[in-house]
Amino acid sequence: MTQAIPNSYRSGPDDTGHFGIFGGRFVAETLMPLILDLQKAYEDAKADPAFRKEMDGYLKAYVGRPSPLYFAERLTEHLGGAKIYLKREELNHTGSHKVNNVLGQIMVARRMGKKRIIAETGAGQHGVATATLCARFGLECIVYMGAVDVARQQPNVIRMEMLGAKVVPVQVGARTLKDAMNEALRDWVTNVHNTFYCIGTVAGPHPYPMMVRDFQSIIGEETRVQMQEIEGRLPDSLIACIGGGSNAMGLFHPFLDDPSVDIYGVEAAGHGLTNLHAASIAGGRPGVLHGNRTYLLMDEDGQIQEGHSISAGLDYPGIGPEHSWLHTIGRVKYLSATDEEALAAFQLLSKLEGIIPALEPAHALAKVSELAPTLPKDHLMVVNLSGRGDKDVPQVGDILKGRQS
Amino acid sequence: MTTRIDTRFAELKAEGRAAFVTFVMAGDPDPATALEIVKALPKAGADIIEIGMPFTDPMADGPSIQAAGLRALQAGMTLRKTLQLVRDFRSSDNKTPIVLMGYYNPIYIYGVDKFLPDAKAAGVDGLIIVDLPPEEDAELCLPAIKAGLNFIRLATPTTDDKRLPAVLANTSGFVYYVSVTGITGSASADSSAVSAAVARIKRHTKLPVCVGFGIRTPEAAHDIARHANGAVVGTALIDALKGSLDSDGKATARTVSAVADLAAALAQGVHGAKQAAE
Repeated sequence: MTQAIPNSYRSGPDDTGHFGIFGGRFVAETLMPLILDLQKAYEDAKADPAFRKEMDGYLKAYVGRPSPLYFAERLTEHLGGAKIYLKREELNHTGSHKVNNVLGQIMVARRMGKKRIIAETGAGQHGVATATLCARFGLECIVYMGAVDVARQQPNVIRMEMLGAKVVPVQVGARTLKDAMNEALRDWVTNVHNTFYCIGTVAGPHPYPMMVRDFQSIIGEETRVQMQEIEGRLPDSLIACIGGGSNAMGLFHPFLDDPSVDIYGVEAAGHGLTNLHAASIAGGRPGVLHGNRTYLLMDEDGQIQEGHSISAGLDYPGIGPEHSWLHTIGRVKYLSATDEEALAAFQLLSKLEGIIPALEPAHALAKVSELAPTLPKDHLMVVNLSGRGDKDVPQVGDILKGRQS
Repeated sequence: MTTRIDTRFAELKAEGRAAFVTFVMAGDPDPATALEIVKALPKAGADIIEIGMPFTDPMADGPSIQAAGLRALQAGMTLRKTLQLVRDFRSSDNKTPIVLMGYYNPIYIYGVDKFLPDAKAAGVDGLIIVDLPPEEDAELCLPAIKAGLNFIRLATPTTDDKRLPAVLANTSGFVYYVSVTGITGSASADSSAVSAAVARIKRHTKLPVCVGFGIRTPEAAHDIARHANGAVVGTALIDALKGSLDSDGKATARTVSAVADLAAALAQGVHGAKQAAE
């Protein structure tokens, strides 16, 4: 099957929410009217200059944008190749890129008059961002989180509760992100009249993949301007980790039509691709789950398999539909990094740059360690440092301590 | 094209009574026991049987049906075996309509082009696919109709008059009215609200309207059957099944009768109801 190369990689999705064969609106009838309302509300908001202006105000004064583009001098020296820049999304309020999207969605929810916000969370970063903005705007907040993730990301659970959110540990399935999303969807079906579902990644039924991408695209838009200012040209490559893929899509999207820019997404290979992992593109195939068609990990009967990753934020057996499309047409190259490689990169960045990354972007950093030494010294590479590692300090500390004894 | 579903509703109309529609999960608690349960249902008074296709991520189901699907998957159930269950049932019953209910992914992976003729040949009459709204009709609904299967759509309290025509456009067999916004097994709807909703749907279609979600007792089934063309019971039957299992979750000598006995009591409730004039 040959794929036609589109005139632009940035024109999707179509009116029915499809990126090629991916995406769509695979939801229960109960939710469908609300999803159509949401699509309309989002289109209205996008066309309203007052909405953009209000967003920009909060992005600047509350989130702390723009986030810096930082030249990682010692990491560059250590790897001995490409010049590495970090897009410092971990400096945002709440500690990750998640807040960009949550701010946008909460403002849409307010326009729709919804007072009850639900969210799913894996590592807790999206949950914290949602709890934060619900506190800021006086909205009720319920966060569904797999019981396994509740245990391994305790600092974020405590933060969400301090912010006034109710954290519901999900006890079914593998008790991680996929199960949290199922429970959130069940809540939404039940409370559809007053509830807004704030999805944390570029997945779910249309318009979510598009809407979340649009809110996250500020990452790439800033990077374009900043790189022009610093180096006077575009970067040569971009790299970001992928669970659902929102930080990656946010960085990539504004560069998709620049053929000189190589783009890499890094999935979580867990214990390795022949073992337990969460790399949907490397180890999965197209299927339908959580409202969209996309690459999924599943068995031959179409039953969804559990993801596995050291990082709770990447521990999902699917990926956003636009990534599936970009993979199929070959615009973005999808790689994967194991738990061990991510742990090594986590320690390397901490020691060389004094920046403790979250385990999620540590997967991207692991591939930087592989790619950068093979590239010339004038190659400009941007890594999305999507979150800070504070939440992972207890978990990584335990792992490292276990190895010493 | 006339399916067993159309024939059954014509018979029921002539008798002036509503359909008792049962839902059980294929392969729950194991494939052999599930077959015995399905075989026992018509004798207990079931007019139409919905058979759940187990799926790992049943987003619209409550804890009882979630657990039933997981028991079935753990017992090795697959979509292929679900079709075998229907074939085995058909060897002794060629009249009772069978509707497969579930989520799209297992069918998509089986292959729509292969699934539809296989299902038809096995003796399936209709499909209810929770995560395929009319917006995705090209996926399965239109091919299913072409293959001679009914595609039964869910209408819900959020399906307003503006949207109903789209929901009903490619629906056949019957309309399944989900009486509450929620997951299976949640609180029941009161019968006056149901009655109004059924009347609203009937202004848009001549198809029979069956009502489900939240019906647990013969009394509730009776109440609903007065206002609709059928009452669907699922979670209550699955809870009865679960109550009969041993401590390891395996079937016991009581399992088939636990489901059949409750079905018989529910059937009496439904069949005793006088239908409001159409």
